[in-house]
Amino acid sequence: MSHGHAEVITTHEVHHDEHGAHHHHQSFITKYIFSQDHKIIAKQFLITGMIWAIIGGLMSVLFRLQLGYPDQTFPWLEDILGNWARGGKITPENYYALVTMHGTILVFFVLTGGLSGTFANFLIPLQCGARDMASPMMNMLSYWFFFGGSIVMLSSLFIQTGPFSGGWTAYPPLSALGDASPGSKTGMDLWITAMAMFVVSSLLGGLNYVSTVLNLRTKGMSMTRLPLTIWALFFTAVLGILSFPVLLSGFILLLFDRHAGTSFYLSDIYIAATNQALPNEGGSAILYQHLFWFLGHPEVYIILLPAMGMASEILSVNSRKPIFGYMAMVGSLFAITILAFLVWAHHMFVTGLNPFLGSVFVLLTLLIAVPSAIKVFNWLTTIWKANIKFTPGMLFALGFVSLFISGGLTGIFLGNSTLDIHLHDTYFVIAHFHIVMGVSAFFGMFAGIYHWFPKMYGRFMNNTMAYIHFWGTLIGAYLIFWPMHYEGLAGMPRRYLDYSNWSSFNQFADLNRFISTVAMIVFALQLLFVFNFFYSIWKGRKVTTLNPWDATTLEWTTPIHPGHGNWEGEIPEVHRWAYDYSKDGRDFIPQTEPIGPNESKH
Amino acid sequence: MTEAVSTQRKKIHPHKFTLWIGIGSIIMMFAGLTSAYIVKGSMAGFTTVQMPQLFYYSTAVMLISSFTMQWGLKSFKERSMQQYRRLLTVTMILGLAFIAMQLIGFSQLWEAGTKMKGSTGAGQFLYVIFGLHAVHVLGGIIALIVMFIKAFSARIRNYNSVPVEVMSTYWHFVDLLWVYLFVFFLFKL
Repeated sequence: MSHGHAEVITTHEVHHDEHGAHHHHQSFITKYIFSQDHKIIAKQFLITGMIWAIIGGLMSVLFRLQLGYPDQTFPWLEDILGNWARGGKITPENYYALVTMHGTILVFFVLTGGLSGTFANFLIPLQCGARDMASPMMNMLSYWFFFGGSIVMLSSLFIQTGPFSGGWTAYPPLSALGDASPGSKTGMDLWITAMAMFVVSSLLGGLNYVSTVLNLRTKGMSMTRLPLTIWALFFTAVLGILSFPVLLSGFILLLFDRHAGTSFYLSDIYIAATNQALPNEGGSAILYQHLFWFLGHPEVYIILLPAMGMASEILSVNSRKPIFGYMAMVGSLFAITILAFLVWAHHMFVTGLNPFLGSVFVLLTLLIAVPSAIKVFNWLTTIWKANIKFTPGMLFALGFVSLFISGGLTGIFLGNSTLDIHLHDTYFVIAHFHIVMGVSAFFGMFAGIYHWFPKMYGRFMNNTMAYIHFWGTLIGAYLIFWPMHYEGLAGMPRRYLDYSNWSSFNQFADLNRFISTVAMIVFALQLLFVFNFFYSIWKGRKVTTLNPWDATTLEWTTPIHPGHGNWEGEIPEVHRWAYDYSKDGRDFIPQTEPIGPNESKH
Repeated sequence: MTEAVSTQRKKIHPHKFTLWIGIGSIIMMFAGLTSAYIVKGSMAGFTTVQMPQLFYYSTAVMLISSFTMQWGLKSFKERSMQQYRRLLTVTMILGLAFIAMQLIGFSQLWEAGTKMKGSTGAGQFLYVIFGLHAVHVLGGIIALIVMFIKAFSARIRNYNSVPVEVMSTYWHFVDLLWVYLFVFFLFKL
């Protein structure tokens, strides 16, 4: 780690040297493992996130197997899962462990670490015109904290009492009392350790993203010339910086309740398993819920905003049209960021919250529909009458818009505290959040991967596999989650292992089997994507031009295989916004081109 | 390109900026904890404790250390390195004294019967919140030790004041954070 890195760390000095890209020799370890190059760190986040997505997705296949075929046994399950599936049937404790870990992994390790970790790292320096992040060292630490947290979380799957099983929200008392369930013992300690490391990783990353966007933009790159991806990733980082510390303080109090015998969250508890009344008095589980959801709700937007930003960019590029309402897009991102902090209690309508307080949160929650609708309107008007190029990235961006609308509409149902009395903890909620933040964020992520893969690896992904992946996943996602709305409206509760003894929900046995079958097919399709990804890294069609999508933004002015420092020679200067498509008879005008004397105003 | 450099120079240094955002994030953490206290404090059966006298003295120590830190920064900028090193050492000792006083204060509370187990009142919050603040002071002391070693290293001569400025900003922040927490508890106890 010699001369070159010292230059990158003090980014101001980098502008002086004539060769921005550094050609010094690096060993395999400093180049690919403990790398401080934002592009390598982005790939590390991406591939770690993909491994987590496969693990978390496989968990959903396993519990869907149970939900679809509750009356059958699968002896092969015992062969692979051992004690988790004694006699070929997943035990109730392990069913809870599976749904808990599925949630934790997908929300935090895939759609936060894997999504904003990847694209904030990759795109912020490239699209702002910076050699690297404000602090490459902290950036590297961010990944390694994420990696460490991942290892700890993964290790909890292999301990005798199993991973944490009290739901991904880790409400006390299940999370605070080791005697409450097998998963509440060592599994919970590992869970909380891994999450603490994850929070540190997010904070280190977020600090860097914000300070890079605000301080290290190239000459001429004013904030209003930034592509919307950067705006979205910027607000994502702000959300994380302000909400993750509050989660951490909630975890600290939880740790004291677990190990020091305090009663921050515990009161009047009798544990049937050990036949014991606990001395804890005066604690409040609602307090934990407040602290958790103060992160938990912004977390939804931490997941969604990067997908929104990337979809905006990809829709505009492939429509060959400027994004409709750029300032309205930025304004609505800002409004969502503010509102994200003011709606957390809508997760607690039925947990004992004051009903008057609930009505305030109903109003604030429904207000989010306004910026969301502005964004949807602008996406639709961007593709309106456009000459659309249906690249895989574009298809996934369109799929994102479709899913965001479908999932967003059911949010209006759930945001009402009165309707929530009936709908809370049913499959309606499952369907809502899986569509609006699960699948749609995944679609944004896929769009980003297909679109920026040429920049990441200098090759294209295979289009045929990509089209199969897109159509299979889009149709599959609707087939899985649409029927769940009906189950939820009928009152079918979530988190149950077996509904067959429940005469009200017997009628859904066939539907559940159908959902499970589709879920397995969709999971297999994701493996096709993973194959396509790794196959294309080495065997994909090579990129031969600097700017394969004819895009205006700065990342396509770098060499096909950019080195650490991104640009050979000087960083280009920016003269215009990022969306000059189909202007004055020209297909596109790069941001680096000066404004001509006779150019029309946009 | 030189123009771009000069416009960037006018901006705040990225490391200082990163620190300010980091401070925002630490503030959120303590805001979370103190609002948890407010929520719980209004519930029935919440017990309060007597603030140990020692914490008044530790407040004074913290305030003085902030002063010596600032003086140290001034000496560094004036290139009077001898004085800078002396003031850095004093700040470090005052920081360690602060942590020692906090620990003694905790043990006095503990002796007076405020234990962790059982029902939770102001005392348990005090342990957690003041303890977490002490951890942040400790982080500052570790940074001070690193700067201390750098200042006494004969090999490297560095007159870049940014690290010292970042250090002093953080130190003033933990000082102000302490004043906030102390006053918060004074009003609430």
